[in-house]
Amino acid sequence: MTTTDKAPDTVDTDLVTLTIDGVQVSVPKDTLVIRAAEQVGVQIPRFCDHPLLDPVGACRQCLVDIPDAGNGRGFPKPQASCTLPVAEGMVVNTQATSEVADKAQQGVMEFLLINHPLDCPVCDKGGECPLQNQAMSNGRGESRFAESGGVKRTFPKPINISAQVLLDRERCVLCARCTRFSEQVAGDPFIALAERGALQQVAIYEREPFESYFSGNAIQICPVGALTSADYRFRSRPFDLVSTPGVAEHDACGAAIRIDHRRGKVMRRLAGNEPEINEEWISDKDRFAFRYSQVDDRITYPQVREDGELRPASWTEAFAVAARGLRDAGAGAVLTGGRLTAEDAYAYAKFARVALQTNDVDFRARPHSAEEASFLASHVALSGGVTYADLEAAPVVVLLGLEPEDEAATIFLRLRKAARQGRTQVVSVAPWTSRGLQKMKGRLVPAVPGTEAEVIASLADAEHGVSKDAVILVGERLAGTHGALSAAADLAARTGARLAWVPRRAGDRGAVEAGALPNLLPGGRPLAEASARVDVAAAWGVESLPAKVGRDGNAIVAALAKGDLGGLVVAGVDPDDTADPAAFRAALDAAGFVVSLELRATGVTRVADVVLPVAPMTDKAGTFVTWDGRARDFDAVFTNPASLPDLRILSGIADELAALGQGAPLGFRTVGEVRAEMQALGPWDGARPAHDAGKAPRVGKAPKADSFTLATWKQLIDLGSMQDGEVHLRATARTPVVRLNRAAYESVFGMLEGEPGRDQLATVTGDRGSVTLPVAVADLPDGVVWVPARSFGRGVLAELASPGSSVTVKGAQQ
Amino acid sequence: MTDMLTPVLTDNWDAERAWTLASYEEHGGYAALDKAFAMAPDDVINAVKESGLRGRGGAGFPTGMKWGFIPQDNPKPKYLVVNADESEPGTCKDTPLMLASPHTLVEGVIISSYAIRANTAFIYVRGEIIHVIRRLQRAVQEAYLAGHLGKNIHGSGYDLDLIVHAGAGAYICGEETALLEGLEGRRGQPRLRPPFPAVAGLYASPTVINNVESIASVPSIINHGAAWFAGMGTEKSNGYGIFSLSGHVTKPGQYEAPLGITLRELIDLAGGMREGHELKFWTPGGSSTPLLTPEHLDVPLDFESVGAAGSMLGTRALQLFDETTCVVRAVLRWTEFYKHESCGKCTPCREGTWWLTQTLARLEKGQGSEADLDLLLDQCDNILGRSFCALGDGATSPISSSIQHFRDEYLAHLSHGGCPFDHAASTVFSPVGADA
Repeated sequence: MTTTDKAPDTVDTDLVTLTIDGVQVSVPKDTLVIRAAEQVGVQIPRFCDHPLLDPVGACRQCLVDIPDAGNGRGFPKPQASCTLPVAEGMVVNTQATSEVADKAQQGVMEFLLINHPLDCPVCDKGGECPLQNQAMSNGRGESRFAESGGVKRTFPKPINISAQVLLDRERCVLCARCTRFSEQVAGDPFIALAERGALQQVAIYEREPFESYFSGNAIQICPVGALTSADYRFRSRPFDLVSTPGVAEHDACGAAIRIDHRRGKVMRRLAGNEPEINEEWISDKDRFAFRYSQVDDRITYPQVREDGELRPASWTEAFAVAARGLRDAGAGAVLTGGRLTAEDAYAYAKFARVALQTNDVDFRARPHSAEEASFLASHVALSGGVTYADLEAAPVVVLLGLEPEDEAATIFLRLRKAARQGRTQVVSVAPWTSRGLQKMKGRLVPAVPGTEAEVIASLADAEHGVSKDAVILVGERLAGTHGALSAAADLAARTGARLAWVPRRAGDRGAVEAGALPNLLPGGRPLAEASARVDVAAAWGVESLPAKVGRDGNAIVAALAKGDLGGLVVAGVDPDDTADPAAFRAALDAAGFVVSLELRATGVTRVADVVLPVAPMTDKAGTFVTWDGRARDFDAVFTNPASLPDLRILSGIADELAALGQGAPLGFRTVGEVRAEMQALGPWDGARPAHDAGKAPRVGKAPKADSFTLATWKQLIDLGSMQDGEVHLRATARTPVVRLNRAAYESVFGMLEGEPGRDQLATVTGDRGSVTLPVAVADLPDGVVWVPARSFGRGVLAELASPGSSVTVKGAQQ
Repeated sequence: MTDMLTPVLTDNWDAERAWTLASYEEHGGYAALDKAFAMAPDDVINAVKESGLRGRGGAGFPTGMKWGFIPQDNPKPKYLVVNADESEPGTCKDTPLMLASPHTLVEGVIISSYAIRANTAFIYVRGEIIHVIRRLQRAVQEAYLAGHLGKNIHGSGYDLDLIVHAGAGAYICGEETALLEGLEGRRGQPRLRPPFPAVAGLYASPTVINNVESIASVPSIINHGAAWFAGMGTEKSNGYGIFSLSGHVTKPGQYEAPLGITLRELIDLAGGMREGHELKFWTPGGSSTPLLTPEHLDVPLDFESVGAAGSMLGTRALQLFDETTCVVRAVLRWTEFYKHESCGKCTPCREGTWWLTQTLARLEKGQGSEADLDLLLDQCDNILGRSFCALGDGATSPISSSIQHFRDEYLAHLSHGGCPFDHAASTVFSPVGADA
């Protein structure tokens, strides 16, 4: 896929020339004076101004003198440079050259400080505080207010505006950055300014705390210490922290983050500034969920099972035991989760082929299908050309089986921005109009789970505006319905729209490119092509690669249970995420030998014969390939020699296997070596394999008349194991509810409405269990019920039913 | 002497039940409507332009010109919004007008809306004046029933709906963009301009916002002609206006006279200052216009002359204070008002009024030093022209003008160790004060 001829980026033909502090500068039309001044190296102090928020002109800190507005006349009074666009011939004098501007700024700064507590020594913001810094650069040293006996306004110390966010009203300078961010960027106007005069304050509605998925950004852009997180408050001082840039590992968006750490421990994470990806925003999950690698069940040393019990072992012993066990167990397979770096995924792909001599490798630790594997090989591997900027420029963005606010938060923010600018119409094929879809001003094309293929086919009609300029985003959940991915590919082919696949996990796309699939070799090489196999075998220095297309995750589980497979290498798979957790557990029990590479104890380590601890994100370098095909590499935050990345461990096992006469060594030991090898191998330059939808699965028995089809997805903040250890973050999660349409609600509960705080309860029962949750009404199609996938117990897959299957709904006692 | 008065708006105030439709029509009310409907809307605008009517809400912007700014090619609906949020200390002209003759305003609204081609108009009334709101609502109801409002008014084919909206009690909502925010259901805080309301005002549509008195003057202009109106007043300040006299004057009240009348003449009309006392200081147009003194008694009360005297004509709210009044105390009271009413949006007004009040309060108690006067003036300098809207500017006017004219009185507080005045003596109900 090549980049189509995009509209050229804004060409700087509309330049406006003005003079700032005697320096002539040309900037694009509509540039604000405050930013034009930055071009000549003048930093005008500011609080309310933020380049990604609408101008407000509230704090008045950025006043400048305009002796000539470009029309020969000046402004009689100093002007706020954050709201004033440049004009041809304009003359601007900032504090650097104008006494009027300087006095105005000093005056405003003095006013700002009269009601500020000046508690910098105990304030988290102290040391990185715009108020502190600008008070030093543009303020007076002594307070005339205090000298004249002034009395400050005081408020009780911090109040919780959510479980995570705390507000110190005394410190607030009322710049309205937080409220504008929440309203404009996140679309969650849960905070607003209330009261007036000096008693004005940020406030929440009593029944609705500031539970936005993006609340942490408000904390980060607060120019004073008024907003702090329960997570970080009083934990460290900014000048004690070391910052390392990183990439968020919670979704496939590749958001830039900044990891702040002190003495080998991560203290907090902030949004990085990456205009092409996340701009300056990240979700609360990307920001606050990082202690999962610091919790008690972290595995810190290799273990081997002896007499039914795990015991500590040295690395060398563990490698040898693993190698012997795998050799003796007979045919082996590899299952990896979607959390791996591209380098680690490559190592697993190579380990399977070279050391285990099989193509039985699959990264999809979730419901998946053969159709999806074919789709990934034909439409996803090596694809690119759709970028975040394209989402903003496209007239129509179609979401298929993707709920961006929950599953790809950075995409959500971009689409909301695009919709707010009025350029982009979002169209979503989903069971109901979610809050996220409302915030993107999106249009719902309702689909009962299982009917997505037909609904997608209908999108080609002109009314939806899917043209060649449109972008189609395909979520991983679409694999759950046979024919849906084929329909999506077909829609793109028929309309000329560009298509991109958006998985939920950070490592999924990298695993596709690295060949951690039964039908793909690294670099998008189709396994079925003999020349591709020869290509890779030559690069790897082995005779040949196994030619038979391997088993996918489902087939591996079935084969283990049947005894066709004996050995299993499992990495980062939570059994409860798999299509059938009970079957997965049974397969583990049936397996002859299980090697587990894990960060923390899981359902896999419980039965594993060898448990090998892997390095957490902070201890290794790596690359995540984002949904748009961008390689986002990052360095290790800490140097921890005892912490080995997956690829080093696999190489150790492969060495031992080779010594036992099976397979060959992997030929690398470090991330750098893997990167070089991947680079040298390069992408497949042959024809893309054709997409094959495969056979439709057997249709189960028709659902009973009074049953419901189960729709589900994972919410951004839920019980996912990578949010373990984050009590404050978890407390801001949305309350799990069962969603029914109005007719279903009334048929279950009659006309009885719940009361605030006491919603009606419903019990949903499927073939794997049942759950009782409060009920909310949504615009679902008839006969469909929605529950969040991982917000209760062990989740929908383990404890309710398979998505798309039929369940019953009954009213429950309060 | 009373021939100086030109009762037009106030003419029918003494009629029996003047606020009823019957009484208003008996006095020739709603006659201007048919005259206006016989004219093209642009001709109505031109008539108002030619009359020289300038905004009566304080700023004095030419009303006809404001109407001309409405982009008629904009496909969005146009709106007329009447600013009836009269809240300035001392200002008391719109409230009595709407109380005594609400139909004058309603008739003005219909003609003005017709001129700017608005089919919906709003009157944003200060929420505290509940009796006025009731009279307005009743007047609007009567006008609907009589066919002056609604569909096809007087068979002209012109439709107009008029909505009376009660504010929630905030001085800032008299600022036109804050008023629009309030009307849209948001917190009353001024909006960033541009876009100006004429382009994107109420619901982002072209909007004219006029003061009650401006709109109420329109029927008389249509009835009597632009030349009649322009024949009154001074060269650049045409027409008549309501002058509200309050404070230490024998007969406080509303006096309608051509612009350019002097305070000396008005005090004479009002029976002089209260007996045995003389004028000490006064505001020409409400508390946010700088104070003037007896030396300004002969300044013609029009936009230009009052401006030249260092103040502003404002809303012609003449608050008169005699020699029993402590200027520091009066200024402190006003400043406390501004502190209470500051909306909080911008720093200089929000924090500045907080600080000014404290400094002034200490000075009134005789604490502090002469340097505090310079501190006050410097604070005022840091607020004036630095705040988001004019409320901040207004808050500084009484302080800087009082220090300019009465510096010695401030100092007397310091040397006296407190206020040297008998406050009881200044109350209007106690002519001889506490010494009696």
